[in-house]
Amino acid sequence: MNWLDQHTLALIFAGLTAFSILLYAMLDGYDLGVGITLPMNNEAWRDTSIASIGPFWDANETWLVLAVGLLLVAFPAAHSAILKALYLPASFLLIGLILRGVAFDFRAKVKPEHKLRWDWVFKIGSIIASFSQGFMLGLYVVGLEYTYLNVVFALFSGFCVTAAYALIGNAWLILKTTDEIQLHAIKRCRQSGMLAFFGILAVSLINPIVNVNVLNVWTSPPFAYFFAIIPITCFAMFAIGYKVLKDLPLEDDQGAGLPFLMSCVIFFTSFVGLALSFYPYVVPNQLTIYQAASSAESLNIIFIGAVFVVPVIAAYTVFAYFTFRGKADELKYY
Amino acid sequence: MDALILSRIQFAANISFHILFPTITIALGWLLFYFKLRFNFSGHPVWMRAYRFWVKVFALSFAMGVVSGITMSFQFGTNWPGYMESVGNIAGPLLAYEILTAFFLEATMLGIMLFGSNRVPSWVHTLATFLVAFGTTMSAFWILALNSWMQTPDGFEMRDGIAHATDWFAVIFNPSFPYRLTHTLLSSGLTVCFLVAGISAYRLLYKDHKKAPRLTLKTAVITAAILAPLQAFVGDMHGLNTLEHQPAKVAAMEGLWHTVNGAPLVLFGIPDAETQTNKYALEIPGMASFILTHDFDGELKGINEFEGEHPPVAPVFFSFRVMVGIGLLMIFISWWSTATVLRKKSLSKLQLKILIGMTFSGWVATLAGWYVTEIGRQPFIVHGVVKTADAVTTIAGENVAFTLAMYISIYIVLLIAYISTIFRMAGKAVKEEEYDLTPPGLPESEKGDAQEVAA
Ligand code: HDD
Ligand code: HEM
Ligand code: HEM
Repeated sequence: MNWLDQHTLALIFAGLTAFSILLYAMLDGYDLGVGITLPMNNEAWRDTSIASIGPFWDANETWLVLAVGLLLVAFPAAHSAILKALYLPASFLLIGLILRGVAFDFRAKVKPEHKLRWDWVFKIGSIIASFSQGFMLGLYVVGLEYTYLNVVFALFSGFCVTAAYALIGNAWLILKTTDEIQLHAIKRCRQSGMLAFFGILAVSLINPIVNVNVLNVWTSPPFAYFFAIIPITCFAMFAIGYKVLKDLPLEDDQGAGLPFLMSCVIFFTSFVGLALSFYPYVVPNQLTIYQAASSAESLNIIFIGAVFVVPVIAAYTVFAYFTFRGKADELKYY
Repeated sequence: MDALILSRIQFAANISFHILFPTITIALGWLLFYFKLRFNFSGHPVWMRAYRFWVKVFALSFAMGVVSGITMSFQFGTNWPGYMESVGNIAGPLLAYEILTAFFLEATMLGIMLFGSNRVPSWVHTLATFLVAFGTTMSAFWILALNSWMQTPDGFEMRDGIAHATDWFAVIFNPSFPYRLTHTLLSSGLTVCFLVAGISAYRLLYKDHKKAPRLTLKTAVITAAILAPLQAFVGDMHGLNTLEHQPAKVAAMEGLWHTVNGAPLVLFGIPDAETQTNKYALEIPGMASFILTHDFDGELKGINEFEGEHPPVAPVFFSFRVMVGIGLLMIFISWWSTATVLRKKSLSKLQLKILIGMTFSGWVATLAGWYVTEIGRQPFIVHGVVKTADAVTTIAGENVAFTLAMYISIYIVLLIAYISTIFRMAGKAVKEEEYDLTPPGLPESEKGDAQEVAA
């Protein structure tokens, strides 16, 4: 039953894993971002913010389960090497996700005087989860070794990812809200955009210094010219986005979706940039996807299933977003 | 302490916390689907009220299930790398199918089920409710296929110490799978019946005169009266299946130290591994042989036959008695309450209080059942194939100890918050005024009320 050989399968599954990590970062990114910037001094705004992600957060998080699951089944050796090295930050990530996931539900059901407490749990849980993800990413980039410098870099990366999530979260709020809260989100979006910009710039400069492999990828022609599109697009988005955010809001709420769209492009280009830097390694400088891939027979079985099921998943996901299109104000939880 | 024992405790703590919520959501999803259907067909708002109240409990349980489940998916690789190395070819596809066919479906449809009722047509909302219930059940299907395969592996061959599937049908429908799936789904049904009955009884005890709690109470106790004996029957068949494939586990469950003809049923006792006897044993002669071999003189293998390859006796022995004890209690209480309800009488204060006391009894039985199953499989992680000790991680013990302490403290807080919030919601429902959703032609009078409960 082995229709595809080991080499092709390894590539396909690396692609699938990367795809679900990217989708996770964009989708859970915006709902984590909404948590990060939750306005603690305005209860009505908090209600609206949280209503805007209510129907989505659960499915968004499933992309993380898929990404970790694919890593586990397709590259078991990499899964255990990466997650063992990142054991503590991964535990913090989980704790953060647990806290915010349940706070989301408790806040609407507990005594009114306890609601604020759960909102704090939601906000802090979101921050812990985002920061841990950034820390994990940073440590991964520098080769999963806990040296003094690496940890500093990983902490810095934690701030950057938190800022990037705040950026896309506020961009989501601009799309989903109106009036004062929208104005507030525009302001916050600009601030977090600045932070994210400097973060991405710094990582792009440091990465080739730490990894020789990365320097080669980005400087050896002819690919280098072609690849140059990626950072150029990314930084262009920041520049245009800055202008767009200055002009918003426009009449009839025109262009309210632009910041979100541009944030997605920023996430996409940054991610592709990183992925290109590391290909073919799945554990930087140690293990390539071809060495880590599990046996062809079980990958084939999963691939066949995925071919049928993934389009269905895409279809009902689109249906859900279509159902909850428009502004979030009238969302009612019952 | 070393990483092995800590990893085991951590895994056990996480999965024990996790299972509490799936066991509620699986059956509660179907119950909500039932409420929605009844509403669609009768148009009577009381069914929608029952739906509205229980969907909140569902949402909370689902959130707890999801976040603790994500922890599980990280743990497989971090705490048990040896497990994936040796049987990853089997476990991988089963886990992947669970994610692809179940997790996305339920998570996406949940949004529509919870928030979509005024954005989509009623039938789409009903369909979403159905798909959520279906998704949770699919999830149970795949994960139990994997767990059952670990208990009774089949359809594979070992090449160089690594398992390769030879027959996927045999892998999935391995010998213990049909029993375990049925038994677990029934246990979910019972857990939910007693949860619904307990919370409804709580509302009635605090003088909630609305129709919804009486209706849900009635639905719950009657369903429990059907499921509880069925569970005992399926459990018995499950035990026979286990005797065939994992006799050491059954010996531990029965507290049978030595092979004998006509083994007694030990109702109670304290197994003592030193002397290989049960202290203070209360026994029915020949009964265990009769239950398991249908012959009072049948031969049962004792622990002595499995030198070095048998589980610790005491935890399996006690857990088994807790589970079966609660199962019998459930039969008794559900029949008693059903008898009252069917005679169209209200439950007495005592009956209500007993039901409140039983609210979370399903949890206890479910956990006890899993402890029988899982501890009874030791010292193997995959029965007869991989030992637990060979699958363990090399993460430093202190790190595992640290995260374990963190998880346990969070779980305790969340469990308290969960239980108190559910009772608070019940208390709030008592005080809430009934908003009138009566469609024309369906008066909400006291008379209609009485008919409703009697019907
Ligand atoms: C509400 C929960 C509940 C109730 C009332 C019962 N059980 Fe159970 N039992 C479970 C919940 C459970 C469980 C959690 O679902 C287990 C663990 C794994 C499994 O398949 O079912 C289990 C396992 C389990 C096993 C171990 C099988 C194995 O080797 O894996 C046996 C022999 C029984 N049960 C038998 C019974 C009997 C005779 C009952 C009669 C009253 C009973 N159970 C009631
Ligand atoms: C070690 C084994 C297990 C792992 C790795 C695991 C993993 C997970 C994960 C990752 C989720 C979250 C999915 C999402 O994001 O929607 C989840 C939820 C769920 N799991 Fe598990 N699980 C395990 C055991 C079980 C068992 C034994 C059952 C039932 C018999 C079960 C039933 C469910 C259900 C119904 C859900 C949906 C969420 C909920 O309703 O709580 N799981 N599980
Ligand atoms: C959902 C209900 C479950 C409960 C309450 C449960 C409970 C436990 C407990 C108490 C242990 C520790 C046993 C010991 O170390 O003596 C254990 C171990 C384990 N279980 Fe389960 N389990 C459940 C379901 C599952 C499922 C569905 C799977 C896999 C598909 C699974 C896989 C394992 C593994 C890999 C271990 C580690 C080896 C070990 O320590 O025995 N369990 N479980």
